[in-house]
Amino acid sequence: MDWQGQKRVEQLMQILLVISGVVAVVVGYTTESFRTMMLIYAGGVVLTTLVTVPNWPFYNLHPLKWLDPSEAEKHPKPQVVVAPKKKFSKK
Amino acid sequence: MHTFGYRANALLTFAITALAFICAIASFSDKFSNQNPSAEIQILNINRFKKQSHGNDEVSLTLDISADLQSLFTWNTKQLFVFVAAEYETPKNSLNQVSLWDAIIPDKELAKFRIQVSNKYRFIDQGQNLRGKEFNLTLHWHVMPKTGKMFADKIVMPGYSLPDAYR
Repeated sequence: MDWQGQKRVEQLMQILLVISGVVAVVVGYTTESFRTMMLIYAGGVVLTTLVTVPNWPFYNLHPLKWLDPSEAEKHPKPQVVVAPKKKFSKK
Repeated sequence: MHTFGYRANALLTFAITALAFICAIASFSDKFSNQNPSAEIQILNINRFKKQSHGNDEVSLTLDISADLQSLFTWNTKQLFVFVAAEYETPKNSLNQVSLWDAIIPDKELAKFRIQVSNKYRFIDQGQNLRGKEFNLTLHWHVMPKTGKMFADKIVMPGYSLPDAYR
């Protein structure tokens, strides 16, 4: 899953769960059925799991473009020059 | 959110947090229901009224209990616990409560009832104070919700009295 996909999956998860919760409360209250509310919410959680947990191709539309290894050879990493250590010697 | 496990964990925690909110809302919605329970109890007969061999008064009664507690049921109510208590004052105790009958009401349809029973639990005083005693019969109920806090209330029915002599 790429970076864009991770952002999208988190937002999608929160939105879907909040919507299913709101729908569950409204329907449960109007039909006066606690059971209906719980079933709707459970359905919402299962749906959200199916949409957001597996790594669907939908979340991999923006792959990172890595540089070619030859680029690294053209621009070698600057070497850190280590100053020679002065040894502390006992007299 | 980069692996299967992270996503599953985030989903689970968020889903359970939202579930807690849903339950809190359901519990809060109970406050908007209007409750008008009613009850009436008659004493049909004093079956037995005597002093026990070790000195305490005991009464056996037949009660006619009718009540309509349907308005206590909301969508968030699991069941009701109902009990009838005899309440009276003696020189030793300012309030004596003796449970005479109880029931669990699991359903709204059963919350409107009329029942004629003799006392399920023995009505025994701590002493010999019951002759000619004025007492209240009180219908107590405890509402057990599916989520949220349990709460209790009662209807006090005064003006009952016991005979002046043992029989």
